[in-house]
Amino acid sequence: MQEILQYLFSGITNGAIYAVIAVGFSMLYNSTELINFAHGEFVMLGGLGIVTLWGGSLLPLPAAFVLTVIGVAFVGFLLERVALRKVSRSQPIVLVIITIGASIFLRGIGMLIWGKDAHAIPSFTKLSPMDVFGAKLMPQSILILAIVLLVVVGLHLFYRKTLTGKAMQACAINEKAAWLSGIPSDQMVLLAFFLSAGIGAIAGIIIAPITMCGYDMGILLGLKGFCAAMLGGLGSLWGSLVGGLLLGISESLGVGYVSSSLKDAIAFLVLLLILYIRPTGILGIKEAKRF
Amino acid sequence: MKPECFKNRLYYGIFLPVIAVSGFVIDSPYYLQVLTFIGINTLLTIGLNMLMGYAGQISLGHAAFYGIGAYTTTILTVHFDFSPWAALPCTLVVTGMVAFLVGLPMLKLTGYYLGMGTLGFGMIVYVLFREWSHVTGGSSGMVGIPSLSLGPVSFSDSRNYFYLVWMIVLVCIVFCQRLIQSRVGRALRSISDSENAAKALGVDTKDLKLKIFILSALFAAMAGFLYAHLVTFISPGSFDFMVSIRMVTMVVIGGMASIWGALLGASVLTLLPECLHAFADFEMVVYGLILMLIMIFMPRGLTRGLMDIYERSVSKQI
Repeated sequence: MQEILQYLFSGITNGAIYAVIAVGFSMLYNSTELINFAHGEFVMLGGLGIVTLWGGSLLPLPAAFVLTVIGVAFVGFLLERVALRKVSRSQPIVLVIITIGASIFLRGIGMLIWGKDAHAIPSFTKLSPMDVFGAKLMPQSILILAIVLLVVVGLHLFYRKTLTGKAMQACAINEKAAWLSGIPSDQMVLLAFFLSAGIGAIAGIIIAPITMCGYDMGILLGLKGFCAAMLGGLGSLWGSLVGGLLLGISESLGVGYVSSSLKDAIAFLVLLLILYIRPTGILGIKEAKRF
Repeated sequence: MKPECFKNRLYYGIFLPVIAVSGFVIDSPYYLQVLTFIGINTLLTIGLNMLMGYAGQISLGHAAFYGIGAYTTTILTVHFDFSPWAALPCTLVVTGMVAFLVGLPMLKLTGYYLGMGTLGFGMIVYVLFREWSHVTGGSSGMVGIPSLSLGPVSFSDSRNYFYLVWMIVLVCIVFCQRLIQSRVGRALRSISDSENAAKALGVDTKDLKLKIFILSALFAAMAGFLYAHLVTFISPGSFDFMVSIRMVTMVVIGGMASIWGALLGASVLTLLPECLHAFADFEMVVYGLILMLIMIFMPRGLTRGLMDIYERSVSKQI
């Protein structure tokens, strides 16, 4: 009981982080029908940004948090404006390759700025771990879960309640019809990139205290986030949350009961099984665009 | 003569002498090895291009087949003392079987979901290579793979190996071109345009997709076989996720649905890192930048892009 609870806690913590990354993938896919392979690099920039700004004690935590998120969001903004806008009418695979190029570029930049070593920062809170039925629950985990829920609920409200959010959804459903009714679809795409990169940065920031941050952390995290978004169903907000948690929990149970070295294989095995049963993910309804 | 046909002969006219002459002229084993790697990557790219460019199905886990090819021949020759030439058919059969078993459920998926499915398969195979250590040697890999020889000709000589690889590449290019121009090739291209329309016209799309998936896996296995016996040492790192991504990049950079494009894409992306070593720490930044620039300014790939530039300059002169 105590053991399984411990695995569940660590699974939910990791899963929540995968979920935030997946949300970034998903919302961008909604607006642009594009999978951004540079998304993992936004996570990396977020993590290393907080390492420098807060870990180097330049700024207090809230200011560092906001500044990092806005900075990384701006990088996403630039990516769309400079690299993708010009070719936005090409085949999707071309855009995917551009984002792969961008991810290599950003990883290179990260290596130049922060070097090849991994960096660590202390936990955000000074509280000691709580005891739940004998299993240890870290305060950082609760913080992570809270932030993740805040992001998902916030986005949900943004889509449902605000005019801009509704306009974005209109663009996602049918870009041309949205354009005809006076929605500036170009700006919506730009905004989607801005938000998605910002959410990626949040994921990087909350993961920073529980893992080492290095310039190459984005590859695997991006992959897991992509996997979670697929599991839940691409383009679905709640699907991303479900997918992320499912992935995280199955991973940590796999580590606990099978073997830690097979961790990645287990996660992807779960993915293949679910895709076999439901070819569009658990909560996915839309047919996915082809490459 | 049709212009297409003329163009094709022109390409052969450039390709064959370049290969024949560079084998004679170049003496440095390093350059020969780089050229041999281009050949191996071309094999991979042609196979993937058949799947992506012509049949319109993505695979983000093709390094798995490359790896299965390399590991099968290695295990057979090192653990079971097979001769490499006896291991080759076994390698192809094993990879073909795996591709069949994986492709059967997988090709139900479409678009990004297919991409994710194949990516997951690639990851699982990679982890298997890394962790099944008493068979695959684990993360430190396997050494002592015998090099190839045929009668008196030893392929441990880099020049001989160079010719061997490029001869196989040539055979594959001819085979693929014949295949694409055949009835099967037309059916394939119809799948990439619209799968439903193809189905309505009586193309057995499911069957055909599976066949082309197996074919491209066999190409990758062949490349894996050649790779293993060239470097005589393999480790899981050569078959990870980034290798799959690089293969896709080669296809798209060269130009989808173009056999010669595959050759060009593989050459450019094999040579580029070799040239960029001079940049030291800036290598990654420059590589990513070049990748982006090519795609931004030539979204239809290098072959088409260069052709457009040429045609524009010709029409300007007139």
